[in-house]
Amino acid sequence: MKLCRVEGTVVGSVHHKVYDGQKLLVVTPLDGGDSFLAVDRVQAGVGDTVLVNQEGNGARQLLKMGQQVPIRSLIVGVVDEVYRDE
Amino acid sequence: MYLGKVIGTVVAERKYEGLEGKKLLVVEPLDHTGKRTRDPEVAVDTVQAGPGDLVWLVGSREAALALEPWFVPVDAAIVGIVDDVDAPVSGRK
Repeated sequence: MKLCRVEGTVVGSVHHKVYDGQKLLVVTPLDGGDSFLAVDRVQAGVGDTVLVNQEGNGARQLLKMGQQVPIRSLIVGVVDEVYRDE
Repeated sequence: MYLGKVIGTVVAERKYEGLEGKKLLVVEPLDHTGKRTRDPEVAVDTVQAGPGDLVWLVGSREAALALEPWFVPVDAAIVGIVDDVDAPVSGRK
């Protein structure tokens, strides 16, 4: 999983049926790298640090929408604090 | 998943089983500010997107789950047309 910052939201009314009612957020990895999109299931908001699972099998298990789910990135937690040993 | 802009179409007459009749588009992957993140790629379209559209895509194995029948050999699929990206650039740390 990756630590990311929520940059904003993406809306699109024409989409694959599994995206019906899903909240799609733009996230940027904290350690650099390009932004990408993730489905939010933990009510994250803009500016939050979140934990993003970028793996489709995990997403399918959590979403419980069957096997045919073209969703790969899922926000699975809102991070309060990260402690690092230097 | 990631954002992209449709910049062209691909015509391929001979295709693998399951890909017949599927629309292939050339997409330029973008970040939320509109910056190109890597070289353009070919993606299969599931939402009737067209050139110039801002779309979102799903990559790798999950792309193969976006089509009917599923599990066809693709590694990028357009799964939505973006109406709006609301990501304030100001206030970034």
